[in-house]
Amino acid sequence: MNLIIVGLNHKSAPVEIREKLSFPAEIIGQALSKLTSIFHINEGVILSTCNRVEVIAVSAEAQKGAWEVKRFLADYHSIPFEELEEHLYLYTGEDAVKHLFRVSAGLDSMVMGEPQILGQVKDAFSLAVHHNAAGTVVNKLFHKAFSVAKRIRTETKIGSSAVSISYAAVELARKIFGDLEGKTAMLIGAGEMAELAAKHLLNSGVRELLVANRTFERAVNLAKEFNGTPVMFREFPHFLKDTDIVIASTGAPKFIVRPEDVGEVLQARGNKPMFFIDIAVPRNIDPLVNNLDNAYVYDIDDLQGVIAANLKERAKEAGEAETIVVEEISTFYRWVKSLDVVPTIIALRQSLDAIRKSELDKVLTQLNGLGKKEKSALESMTKAIINKVLHSPVTHLKKEANSVESDFYIAAARKLFDLEEVEEELKKASSGTESA
Amino acid sequence: MVSTLVFIGYLITHKESLGTIGRNVIFAGFVFHTMTILSRWFEGGRFPATNLHESLTLLAWLTVVLYIVLFYKFRLTVLGAFLAPLALFFVVVASLMPGEIVPLSPVLATYWLPIHVTLAVLGNAFFALASLFGVMYLIQDHYLKSRKLGGLYFVLPSLDLLDELNYRCLSYGFPLLTLGIMTGAIWSEYAFGTYWMWKHRQVWSIITWLLYAILLHGRMTSGWRGRVSATFSVLAFGVLLCSSFIIYFLLGEGHGLL
Repeated sequence: MNLIIVGLNHKSAPVEIREKLSFPAEIIGQALSKLTSIFHINEGVILSTCNRVEVIAVSAEAQKGAWEVKRFLADYHSIPFEELEEHLYLYTGEDAVKHLFRVSAGLDSMVMGEPQILGQVKDAFSLAVHHNAAGTVVNKLFHKAFSVAKRIRTETKIGSSAVSISYAAVELARKIFGDLEGKTAMLIGAGEMAELAAKHLLNSGVRELLVANRTFERAVNLAKEFNGTPVMFREFPHFLKDTDIVIASTGAPKFIVRPEDVGEVLQARGNKPMFFIDIAVPRNIDPLVNNLDNAYVYDIDDLQGVIAANLKERAKEAGEAETIVVEEISTFYRWVKSLDVVPTIIALRQSLDAIRKSELDKVLTQLNGLGKKEKSALESMTKAIINKVLHSPVTHLKKEANSVESDFYIAAARKLFDLEEVEEELKKASSGTESA
Repeated sequence: MVSTLVFIGYLITHKESLGTIGRNVIFAGFVFHTMTILSRWFEGGRFPATNLHESLTLLAWLTVVLYIVLFYKFRLTVLGAFLAPLALFFVVVASLMPGEIVPLSPVLATYWLPIHVTLAVLGNAFFALASLFGVMYLIQDHYLKSRKLGGLYFVLPSLDLLDELNYRCLSYGFPLLTLGIMTGAIWSEYAFGTYWMWKHRQVWSIITWLLYAILLHGRMTSGWRGRVSATFSVLAFGVLLCSSFIIYFLLGEGHGLL
């Protein structure tokens, strides 16, 4: 059983190729059934995002399977095979596992460590499950990939620093104020980025949002949207005293907040710090305000600079994340190879033993008046039968545990004895006793 | 020493694991340090704080105690990176001074000794931490003002927390210093029959006391916060340290305390 990943991403292919190869969600079902109908392909998942298209497949033969997947991609989208192939990468075996782990954790993304990709991988997997294209191997692989991504997210700081303007603003506010709980923000003007920043601030605990706009009606509407308070544009300087965070985004041709005003405001508020986010171009807030103690001014370029610094920091964390990936690959392999056999054998034994017990009980109730000796003889005999029957299959399963074909044997054993159901029932029974 | 090096590594790499190692080294150092102080106590048969060597050792030990308390309260790994070098500095300076245990004249050996010394040194330990938070504040403020983020920015906590901790350390340190001076005066009354002798040590402790009084007053009434308070507490602690060393090395006054 071999794992294959064939695909392309923003690094290997230009957007003209990527868009040709993309699979919208509506057609994935059909594409998956076509993919798994290929002779060499047993299981498959199609991951299609704006930055990458990948086919994750399980095949009995690596080379043939890989070629078939490439062929499939070219044919399905009617792209000449040679033209497509130069942009495709191929990973097999351990490299494929590693690649999927890295992709899920955002280590292969354009923005290092971005979290959206994990959701996209999850969606791709559920589509495959939904369309019956995912089997045992894919199931295990993807669940492991999700847990690795989660581990990387919690153990490294790869996703902790903001890489969008609005989040960068929130993060800076946190470095200045600590907790944003109970703070007041003021949105002057409007605009997508400014409104997004206001929204993130509110989500991070900011208690009150004042909204000022040249058109008062607009202010009222925006305030309604954010559950804030509208303020007359002319009046906004009077409210600065109670404002901790100012987001400015007006079309004013000159500065609307000047250092002398802010100086007074700061004094009036006992020098409690103020944070000015100036998203407007031309700028709304005089950069000289930043020279005042306890006032911090960031314009759009400064925020871009923050993002650049954060990306650098993420790149540093990526090294640690890669170590986790390598660690998890080896545990995953061990798990797949041996742990898989053991529960199968246990389930097999338990399922047969359950049959033995119920049949034995039936016989014993029919045969009244048996002595202790006879009863224990029957008990040992039935046990011996089970052991003899199981001896050869268990030996084979154990022997094949580390071979390439282990999945075949395990899957066969599971299917022949309906072990999935047995395990389900056992799980239910054991969790029942635990809670009791 | 080892801890300082490890923390420098932590600051460069931002690796959580190095921070943890550094912290554990501090904890280990703390255990040995405690044992050293205790053994001196038993050997000398009195509280080990009769000369500058012992007081500095005690100061280093107390700052570490405060670090451990603060760590469990705020989980501030990065504080260790600033504290370890300072504690190291205290210990190194202490080791340069005569360390032999000298018998104390009976007039001085009263129970006022441990009370006076502990209060004063604990006050100084709080001031030491206040100045560390001041330094951390100034660094973080510099990053935020210059709008060039990098390096320490990512590991340092928020300005608000640093300012708050600076204030708290000051507000604990000040009453302790006040009590330290008062108990010193009472001790002096017992030993020499006078509360006040206008010795350099005493004069400078009053000057330090005044400095911190001004700082706290400013904080509470005139909105001195952030950079002003941070700078002031760093300078005040600088004055405190310098005056102690000047008195000891240049004026040769034999007062045990910092």
